[in-house]
Amino acid sequence: MNNQVKIKAPYPPGDFAIWLIIYVELVTFGLLFIGYAFSRRGAVDIFNSSQLVLNQTSGFIDTLILVTGSYFVVKAVNAVKTATGKDIKQANTIASKWLFASILFGIAFLINKLLEFSAIFGMGINLSTNKFFMFYLLLTMFHFMHVTLGTIILFNVRRRTKKSGYSAEDHRGIETGAVYWHLVDLLWIILFPLIYIIR
Amino acid sequence: MKYSSQMVAKPYFIFALILLAGEILFGLTMSVQYIYGDFLFPELPFNVLRMVHVNLLIVLLLFGFMGSTYYLIPEEAERELWSPLLAKITFWVFVVAGVLTILGYLFVPYAELTKLTMNDLWPTMGREFLEQPTITKIGIVLVVLSYLLNVTMTVIKGRKTTVSIILLTGLFGLAFFFLFAFYFSDNMIMDKFYWWFVVHLWVEATWELILGALLAFVLVKLTGVDREHIDKWLYLIIAMTLIAGLAGTGHHFFYMGAPGYWLWIGSIASAAEPIPFFLMILFAYNMVKNRRIQDDNKIALTWAKGTAVVGFLGAGVWGFMHTLAPVDYYTHGTQLTAAHGHLSFFGAYVMICFTVISYAMPILRGRPHGNGPKSQKVELISFWLMVIGMIGLTLALTVAGVMQIEMQRMPDNAHALSFMVAQAKIAPVYIVRSLFGVMVFVGLLTYFYSFFVKDARTVS
Repeated sequence: MNNQVKIKAPYPPGDFAIWLIIYVELVTFGLLFIGYAFSRRGAVDIFNSSQLVLNQTSGFIDTLILVTGSYFVVKAVNAVKTATGKDIKQANTIASKWLFASILFGIAFLINKLLEFSAIFGMGINLSTNKFFMFYLLLTMFHFMHVTLGTIILFNVRRRTKKSGYSAEDHRGIETGAVYWHLVDLLWIILFPLIYIIR
Repeated sequence: MKYSSQMVAKPYFIFALILLAGEILFGLTMSVQYIYGDFLFPELPFNVLRMVHVNLLIVLLLFGFMGSTYYLIPEEAERELWSPLLAKITFWVFVVAGVLTILGYLFVPYAELTKLTMNDLWPTMGREFLEQPTITKIGIVLVVLSYLLNVTMTVIKGRKTTVSIILLTGLFGLAFFFLFAFYFSDNMIMDKFYWWFVVHLWVEATWELILGALLAFVLVKLTGVDREHIDKWLYLIIAMTLIAGLAGTGHHFFYMGAPGYWLWIGSIASAAEPIPFFLMILFAYNMVKNRRIQDDNKIALTWAKGTAVVGFLGAGVWGFMHTLAPVDYYTHGTQLTAAHGHLSFFGAYVMICFTVISYAMPILRGRPHGNGPKSQKVELISFWLMVIGMIGLTLALTVAGVMQIEMQRMPDNAHALSFMVAQAKIAPVYIVRSLFGVMVFVGLLTYFYSFFVKDARTVS
């Protein structure tokens, strides 16, 4: 019986509204990705030579940071998902620690990206330099805003763990935050190879 | 009516409707000028009529929004309006300033008007929608400030709800972005930027917040659905509106001297702009489906659903039609733009005013359960006359736009027809447009008539 209840657990996880947002985000980024791919066809040389200016190592570090942060978020959600009765307080404390770690990783990503942007702007590159840099800056800055928002969301979710706000019965909020964080992660996993690596 | 100060909304509603009648009449006159170029010339030249047509629209919507706010805020804040007297004074100041300005447009040549109002001291005139003399603009700021003060004080001292907070955010945005109207750059491109900060960020950002809040208020009242449920929808709609709407300003920066990256930002962001309007349809129908009460004022609910649907069609579908840069390259400033403009302003903003008026006016006139069935039936006829009229008018303008694009924009220089020759060829379509325009006006007259229909319940 218990198993049946688990199978019927709300799907998709998190609030329905966040999924609407996610689909819109995916479509928006998707259009930009397709736009990038099409524009590249017309100017492969410019795209390839411009791509060499980017710091792939920094991009790789960004990827590690985000994926690790996502892992911490999963740990936080798992901690509270099964918590009942007396365990709730302890589970929330554990979740809070995992969330703290993921917030730190989010901030680390933002700092690393700012360093990368300052290096790029230092070279005199801007949105009008060429199509490649236009897409690079539009996509990475847009993604940067998403990481900022995701970090703020995780911060707010963590505040509720401080009040032992999540449990096996009520963990929709933390799941909603986690789902958004995974979106941020997913977008980067496509963005990084597309802009930094694929030639 | 729960609070006596809600009564101040009544003159605002009445005046907004009178202005709407003027708005349509001037529009109809112009539609005849599209067919007979010298109709009423030189007394009422096209450029003057157009100026009056678009200015009346803005002023009538401001009256509609103000009236709606004065009705809504006391109920949301659960207290009387901070100063009903101030609201009455604001009304008369705005009426006098508005009427004088319109009369100025009609009876004084515009160049003369600029001299008369000393535009050279602080030039702000001469731009579409912002033709008002500087002194009138200052007047609008004062009126809006007193209105904001009144509304904000009421909210601060009373209950704060999502509806009132979002409404206030929209109103503050409206006030803030109007300030860009006071900057007039010598550089035409820079001037366009600032001009769009007023025009776009009004109609495609802050006004949408006002629309969302007003729609939510009426739906809460008519359906009795939990506020918690409505709040979540509202936040979602507002978030989407702001994100897409703010970045969507970029679609006005196509091919006007702004950097090329705006083609991408504008196209992609504005492709997302229909989403909040679509959410509004889901929102309205969801509320109606889950309603807990059966309000007798059925026609108000019809207007609410109509606002969501026609708003989506006009702003969402007709907006998206020409918002992508490669399409806009050909369609910019053709009758397709006019088609979008008409249906979006009507569907989103005029219809939300009708929604609030149809909900609130019966209550203000001592009929807490709405007008009687006979009156509602007449109003329903007016609803369909206006909606079908506006959609017909929009379709006619769309056909006109496509013809114009085909004849004037698509062919190369050697084969493209000039503006005037193309317009002459479109004339038969303009006749259809005028007929639908007449239908809209008849619809409005029927709406007026519905106020005077007497039936059993009204009398009792």
